[in-house]
Amino acid sequence: MLYQTSQLTDRPIGAIRRKMRSLTTAGLILGIATGLSACVQVTAPDKPIVINLNINIKQEVVYRLNDDAKDLINKEADIF
Amino acid sequence: MFEYIKKNKALAAIGALVLTAVVAVPVMAQRDPAYEAARSSGVIGEKPDGYLGYVTSPSPAIKALVEDINIKRKAAYTRKAQETNSTVEQFAFTSGCNLIMRTVPGEKYQTPSGTWNTRDSSPPVRDSRCP
Repeated sequence: MLYQTSQLTDRPIGAIRRKMRSLTTAGLILGIATGLSACVQVTAPDKPIVINLNINIKQEVVYRLNDDAKDLINKEADIF
Repeated sequence: MFEYIKKNKALAAIGALVLTAVVAVPVMAQRDPAYEAARSSGVIGEKPDGYLGYVTSPSPAIKALVEDINIKRKAAYTRKAQETNSTVEQFAFTSGCNLIMRTVPGEKYQTPSGTWNTRDSSPPVRDSRCP
């Protein structure tokens, strides 16, 4: 079943057209304004990106080995 | 009797000398003067991975010295890693944490980001996993 716009509302056809025209104008102005102002700024970081690959060394392992490491450093002081 | 004490004194003196020599030997295991000089002059420094690194491009003598020490370090880390059921990298890294902590003001150490810092009186910049 097809309806004419005039059949779905009690407002006069001219009023609907004017309303749509003003909405289109507003959309165009908004679109142009956004296009002119909203440039996405991308700046490269000045520091090198460091990726730590030592993921196999966990903190708990380091804590467990700490005393043995200290002991080794004290005992073989000539190479440390 | 007096003769006996006299003889004993001599023996005790010899014994004391021998004892001193025995006790003194492990203490003698100190850094080579050339190694100590390279450390304090900042030519070489401690890395977070537990080995020595070059801060500036090394002379052949410094290069040989560092390579020799790093080979000995790796051997020691390997032995201790086996004893503690860990990997060589894990033991070396833990040692690196301690070695950077033990640097004295004026010596160089490498931060986790790779830059060389001179140790001062403040705590060194170390990996977050260091104890």
